[in-house]
Amino acid sequence: MQLFKFKGGVKPDSNKTPSLQTPIGMAPLPALLVVPLHQSIGGMPNPLVKAGDRVFKGQRIGNADKWISAAVHAPTSGTVLAVEERLAAHPSGLTTLSVLIAVDGDDEWIERTAVDYQALAPEAVREILRDAGVVGLGGAVFPSHAKLTAAQSVPIEDLVINGAECEPFMTCDDLLMRERAEDIVRGAGIFRDLLAAKRVLIGIEDNKPQAVAAMQEAVEACGENFSVVAVPTRYPAGGAKQLIRVLTGKEVPASKRSPEMGVQCFNVATAYTAWRTIAHGEPVLSRIVTLTGNVAEPGNWEVLLGTPLKDFVALGKPGADTSGYLMGGPMMGFELPSLDVPVVKASNCIIAGSLALFPPLPPEMPCIRCGACAEVCPHELQPFEMYWFARARNFGKTQEYKIFDCIECGCCSYVCPSRIPLVQYFRFAKSEIWSREREKNISEAAKARYELRNERDAREQAEKAERVARAAAAKAAEKKPLPGAAAADAPAADAEAAKKALIAAAIERARVQREQSETALDAGGAETQRTQRDET
Amino acid sequence: MNFTTPPYLSQNVSVQRVMLQVLAALLPGIFAYAWLIGPAIVVQLAIATVVSLLAEACMLKVLRKPLLLFLGDGSAIVTAWLIALSFPPLGPWWLVVVGCLFAIVIAKHLYGGLGQNPFNPAMVAFAVCIVSFPALMSQWPPVDLKAGFEDQLAIIIGHPRLLDAMSGATPLDALKTALKLGEGKVSVTAVMADANTFGRVAGQGWEWVSAAYLAGGLWLWRRKIISWHLPASFIAGIVLLSGALWLWQPGQFANPVFHLFSGASMLGAFFIVTDPVSGCTTSRGKLIFGLSAGALTYVIRVFGGYPDGVAFAVLLLNICVPLIDLYTQPPIFGEKSKP
Repeated sequence: MQLFKFKGGVKPDSNKTPSLQTPIGMAPLPALLVVPLHQSIGGMPNPLVKAGDRVFKGQRIGNADKWISAAVHAPTSGTVLAVEERLAAHPSGLTTLSVLIAVDGDDEWIERTAVDYQALAPEAVREILRDAGVVGLGGAVFPSHAKLTAAQSVPIEDLVINGAECEPFMTCDDLLMRERAEDIVRGAGIFRDLLAAKRVLIGIEDNKPQAVAAMQEAVEACGENFSVVAVPTRYPAGGAKQLIRVLTGKEVPASKRSPEMGVQCFNVATAYTAWRTIAHGEPVLSRIVTLTGNVAEPGNWEVLLGTPLKDFVALGKPGADTSGYLMGGPMMGFELPSLDVPVVKASNCIIAGSLALFPPLPPEMPCIRCGACAEVCPHELQPFEMYWFARARNFGKTQEYKIFDCIECGCCSYVCPSRIPLVQYFRFAKSEIWSREREKNISEAAKARYELRNERDAREQAEKAERVARAAAAKAAEKKPLPGAAAADAPAADAEAAKKALIAAAIERARVQREQSETALDAGGAETQRTQRDET
Repeated sequence: MNFTTPPYLSQNVSVQRVMLQVLAALLPGIFAYAWLIGPAIVVQLAIATVVSLLAEACMLKVLRKPLLLFLGDGSAIVTAWLIALSFPPLGPWWLVVVGCLFAIVIAKHLYGGLGQNPFNPAMVAFAVCIVSFPALMSQWPPVDLKAGFEDQLAIIIGHPRLLDAMSGATPLDALKTALKLGEGKVSVTAVMADANTFGRVAGQGWEWVSAAYLAGGLWLWRRKIISWHLPASFIAGIVLLSGALWLWQPGQFANPVFHLFSGASMLGAFFIVTDPVSGCTTSRGKLIFGLSAGALTYVIRVFGGYPDGVAFAVLLLNICVPLIDLYTQPPIFGEKSKP
């Protein structure tokens, strides 16, 4: 098969060997699970349980909110202790609504039902996947069902299954492919059927020969015609757009989604969970997590979602000089604010960091425009130009240099001889642009509200003037006043008299009101005044 | 932890390492120079290095920038060496001092320091000195000069009586003058028959210095410190123009090989036009920059009044850099097939 190249990229030391020595281990049940409801891109799932509820393994505890969202489930059986804000696995250190489950240790399942997806309408299958919480497990956690609709105008030519795993240190996909290849292939088959894709291409970096062999074998065992392709090892070959480029030659720009170009891409672990959902009725309750870095026993574990990281990292016996933990790879991951956060669907890798492993960077120097960053940028941007303008807060210019095509892969920072944290500058510029957009939208909304209010005021004034004019006309028609006392007793048949009585009553009320408002003025009775006016 | 933003890995590279490799790549040229032309160049290099570092230190102090960090980056030494190598080796000591001060203080730091200067500092120094001291900047030692190191040192630290004996011209200048005096009747071959001034392809001795620069430059390219675009297009610029004129009138115009191995062609191709700070950054921009600088160099050295044209050619192109970069932005990933 003809392979294509993407420009740029870097080759950092892979550091994958230490965590590849042992098979995937099953992490023991923790005493407490903290399951965040928001574990995917999109809408915040609504909690379905409350404190005191007994939950079974696989029971849905959060319902998908709108289409772009995914359900969340109890990873094991137990009792809901609380539904409350807990620290999120996010660099910000912010909290997120989480379900706390006291684990009972029985690991008691809800009733599981396999479905024959081919007998169902595609729409129904997508709903099943959404309700099983199937999301992109490569780290982006985009709800998978939402990616399983082909663009209306373009048929899907190629379905790319991403097993490249280009981040250093990370081996969770490698081991998953080695040990559970058949389930991945069958999951890919579901995706192929839903998208009606013509070809299925499974891309794996050529530094994982065992995974390539296992996948090839599984494809044959399943009788599929998928191509398992070893792609050259070069970071970020596992970026969806880079892998699509390498396998199909197509370049998906930031302004387009890949289905518009007839391609769709899923991670191997995602395909695996899709198959478990359809064929076994098991929603996404756990994931494979690489635990490596400064630990005595690096390896991969199948970990229940919601397992506190404190419990999880203890499995690897971290070194005493561990100074922090990264979630994700060293190129695109982030430093965890604390070990109190739980394992979530996005946690593909936890790296215990030490000063020896990640020595502090020498001080930043000025940019010398050497262009090394532009040479390694897989999106062929000019990072030093964007840096220049981001620094000068000239955000319009950063957009002219296509800052939103930046995937923040970190290649530019990796090669910069001046050690400029370029990615940080780009994130800063992007968030500034977003917040300005938001502000603009807010001020536009405020302007619209203001104009609406002006309009309403004008309308009310016009109505009031009309009322006054009508009242004046009525007054002019009725010149002879009647005593107020007689008004109540006046015969109903006498319409004229009734009108007069009404007017008299109005005059009487006005008099009372005047008296009241005089007293109310001292007591600050603006409220009463308005109420009275409304009554009249 | 001490790390805050991804990526948490970085390649073992630094500005200092880049600059040190540039200096290392200059060494073959310096050895050839000292061996074939005269050891005085080592003295000039030393003066330039000391003055540049002192000027750099003073400016960093005045501008309150971290002294050791910037002094250690090696960029001032690169500038100093390029100045010393492009100035006449037997010029008075203060000539190089003036050049270095101008380069470091004005062309570099007053424009914002490392990474900010729009003009190549070494070429600014050359241009300033050749305009201010045209006679001194045009006096090059004849290759058959049999002065020992002590005499050469004496000339540098200022013995005017010896200076006259030193008056010479570069092979480029010698050819230009001879052809001019010959008024079309003297051919290039006849002029170059003078074995005292000319060697196999270009200036006696100088051709080997140029070859050594070429070797160092190729090493820089292999180390990926410089890309091929600038040297190749600069050389192409010289070759195209000189080749065309040579083919038209071989008697009156020297061949391209002569021009490549004369003057500062090789030094310029690999060490001067490749300055990233003041040069173009896009691939197409680099090609335009190199080609134009090469052609301009040829025009100035053959038809102009100065012994060589690299400095003015580079400075003129430095002015055009923002414009060239603006119009040569490459299409990005996914947007190449757009109309």
